[in-house]
Amino acid sequence: MARRWGVRLAEIVGVMLAVSCIVYLMLEVNADEVAVKVLGQFSTPEQRHLWLHENGYERPFLLRYLGWLWHFLWGDWGMSTHYREPVIDILPARLAHTGILACATLVVMIPASFLLGILAGMREGSLADRAISVFCILTTSVPEFASAVFLAAIFVFWLGLLPGASTMTEGFSLREIVLPVLVLALYATGYLARIVRASMVEVMTSAYVRTALMKGASPSRIVLRHALRNALIAPVTVIMLQVPWLLSGVIVTEVFFAYKGFGTLLYEAALNSDVAMIEACAMVSVVVVVATQLLSDLLYAWLNPRMRRAERPAPQGAGV
Amino acid sequence: MSRWLAALRRPTVAIGGLMVTVWILCALFANLLAPYDPLLSGDPLVLPLGRGASGAFHLLGTDLLGRDILSRLIFGARTVVIWAGLATATAYAVGIAIGLLAGFYGGVIDRALSFIANVVLSFPVLVLYILIIVTLGASGVNIVLAVTFASAPAIFRLVRALALDIRSRDFIAAAITQGEGAVHIMVMEILPNTLGPLTVDACLRLGYTSITIGVLGFLGLGLPPPTPDWGGMVNDGRAMAIAFPHLVVFPCLAISSLMLGLSLLADGLREAPARA
Repeated sequence: MARRWGVRLAEIVGVMLAVSCIVYLMLEVNADEVAVKVLGQFSTPEQRHLWLHENGYERPFLLRYLGWLWHFLWGDWGMSTHYREPVIDILPARLAHTGILACATLVVMIPASFLLGILAGMREGSLADRAISVFCILTTSVPEFASAVFLAAIFVFWLGLLPGASTMTEGFSLREIVLPVLVLALYATGYLARIVRASMVEVMTSAYVRTALMKGASPSRIVLRHALRNALIAPVTVIMLQVPWLLSGVIVTEVFFAYKGFGTLLYEAALNSDVAMIEACAMVSVVVVVATQLLSDLLYAWLNPRMRRAERPAPQGAGV
Repeated sequence: MSRWLAALRRPTVAIGGLMVTVWILCALFANLLAPYDPLLSGDPLVLPLGRGASGAFHLLGTDLLGRDILSRLIFGARTVVIWAGLATATAYAVGIAIGLLAGFYGGVIDRALSFIANVVLSFPVLVLYILIIVTLGASGVNIVLAVTFASAPAIFRLVRALALDIRSRDFIAAAITQGEGAVHIMVMEILPNTLGPLTVDACLRLGYTSITIGVLGFLGLGLPPPTPDWGGMVNDGRAMAIAFPHLVVFPCLAISSLMLGLSLLADGLREAPARA
């Protein structure tokens, strides 16, 4: 058991190292380009040369990378060329804004998708099942920027109920967060509901539910007492694995509604070639993904007694 | 083939197939179907069903530069079908090749390739796309590269899992005993048996790639203007969307309907009864 988690941790460290290497390689392998990006198109060759020298860019690539990694680990994430401030002073606050958005999305999406999934999965092939399945395909087919346009067209342009931008210039505003949350939740709900449904169908056709039925237990008792607990193991872990998708959607949604979160930060950094900021954002996003994957593993082991009591791990594919 | 024909009888599959077919026809015959040149500027900001000052009729209106939106949507279908098709095909070629290698040989090769796939899949997809496009610049070829790099690992995992399973069957052992080469076994024995699940996945992935191209266009990181591109049209019209919603709503409907068609198709093929 302990060995298994040890291997898992070592793997995570390996992945993070490789990720940091890829990020640094992509953005800084060409030192001259970095100088142009940091100093601007109109800097003179002498200025660039001086800057490269001052920042240790004449060292071999591997040494540069290790130096960068070392500084990064200790919280020195470099200067943002766009904001003219240390990256570490800007990024956490933006991440917190995105955290608010993500939490609100989860609060909307989890009850909605569980309700839909359970209703659909209780009786496979019923009218409710078909209707919910079509709804789920529909919402997962519409990309975030398109659903943002549709919802904005309805609630902003047509009904005039909600503001079309979520800049939050005068502090937090509930009205401004409704549309971004709705856009994110709409996509994720369809996806999660399908998984809840599949899991529910599997449990409802299992032998022990049939036994309960023959014993004369009422349908509500079967669903609530017998089926639900086992049906929810897979979806609960899937919620965590959805975070990478959610993060991608967050970028698009934040840009559309001009919400000042992590996504717009990365987007603006990309448009302005803000190298240090892009690096930090990419690293942070990967840390979030890897952390949620680990959390999902832990949750699964905790929820599923078969995993908890197993002395040796169930045979898995090597390396996955 | 017959089971796919049988699947076509289901209404959802038929609707999905119809939607995809319409867009493919648009892409193929764009020059015949489009009422105007998609790059030609005429009367700006004509509303849908309206006539411009010159009296030209525009079914879906015109954009800020006076280009006919319907024509741009039809030619945009060509952009999406070409680039999404190309990018998905390249991603599949790479994913299948390394997936077969890992599944067939196993051991160190499998572990190394799986680790690389894990690393790439640790990025949120869009972050990876932004990184690659920022590094390489925005162009069609670079979008193909980015999509290949980001989706090949997922395809790799699927192929690898299927290949691992098929590898243990008797007919593979028979082929090895017969003295067939590794390439022959991978391509002629294992690959044909993975095609069922791969087709379903390909349908969905073609949709995701179309969306990716749309999203990159929306973020201004996609195909450079003036290429007719659905995502780019949304990006261009976004600032004026309050006054002229038709600038953004129609391109969004286009990309949503394409993706919906592909999802319905994939869903129907998945539920089609497996070959006996």
